[in-house]
Amino acid sequence: MNCIIIDDEATARAVVRQLCSKTPALNVIDEFENAIDAIKFLNHQDIDVVFLDIHMPGFTGVDFVQTLKNPPKIILTTSDTDFGIAAYEYEAIVDYLVKPITPERFEKSVQKIINAKNSQQKNVKPEGSGPSGSEDLYINIDRRLIKLKLEEILIIEAKGDYIDIKTIKEQFRVHTTLKKIKEKLPEKLFLQIHRSFIINFTKIIDIEDNSVLIEKNVIPISRSNRPELMRRLNLL
Amino acid sequence: MQEKPNLSYVDQLSGDDTEFKNSFISIIKQEFPKEKELYMDCVDRQLTKQTADIVHKIKHKFSILSMQDSYRLAVAYEMELLEGRTTSESEFKSVLNIMENYLKTI
Repeated sequence: MNCIIIDDEATARAVVRQLCSKTPALNVIDEFENAIDAIKFLNHQDIDVVFLDIHMPGFTGVDFVQTLKNPPKIILTTSDTDFGIAAYEYEAIVDYLVKPITPERFEKSVQKIINAKNSQQKNVKPEGSGPSGSEDLYINIDRRLIKLKLEEILIIEAKGDYIDIKTIKEQFRVHTTLKKIKEKLPEKLFLQIHRSFIINFTKIIDIEDNSVLIEKNVIPISRSNRPELMRRLNLL
Repeated sequence: MQEKPNLSYVDQLSGDDTEFKNSFISIIKQEFPKEKELYMDCVDRQLTKQTADIVHKIKHKFSILSMQDSYRLAVAYEMELLEGRTTSESEFKSVLNIMENYLKTI
């Protein structure tokens, strides 16, 4: 799991970094002395876990949690022993660690994240793996889970921090990355043909040199993805 | 209060990793004087909220150096400051001096 550390105190960051280094499941990508810089970083980088100090001048850890629309799992680090109740007001917060953090307590916290992630994965319905056997994908739009039939998805396009999912009937904008949704899609139906596009290749109408036509949409094919597309086609 | 700092937590954190231990001590030695200076400045300027903020930060170093009594003093002092009182100021300064002297020895 990729993680970052946010704390205005260098000593505190060093403690967490050292504890992470002893935990094979964790990979520290970066550390920040303020939450604003971390938010900028998270706008273009997927992170699984944030170790977040609550008490920082100016923009606090709570401000940070409230600002993120789709926060990763968060473990709070705090010097305040009575922070426990407030810690669980936010769904993303998995645990809180009181400084000085001991290796034993840290391990328990990491286990909580692993459990939370496992439980999250069980709740997601990827290709046809649900109890009903249906091939659906649930997307979160304004706190509503909308079911999409995988076979009805035509194109998925990256749009900065969002993706546009175009189906036979309508189009949805979801706050996630192409990489994340790709993991939920069955390879037998979907293929990434460009860094910004995943297509349902059963919906291809025709293919020209560097593009495919799906309904009325012309989608570019990148040079690196072209061989895989050609391999998947049933060529005469 | 004459509680003495020690490295038992740092040793627990470092294990056999002497490189980390040295680097960690070096970080504390660099960071603490700046925090103390900022604390003194805030006290001089009677900025109680800012003083409380820096006391909050410094108290973590007390706990890192296994100074439990000093940590409790800092918690109480921080609360006092947030209420506009400075009763524990001299006692807190004395702990800062103990810590400063200790850091020169490691």
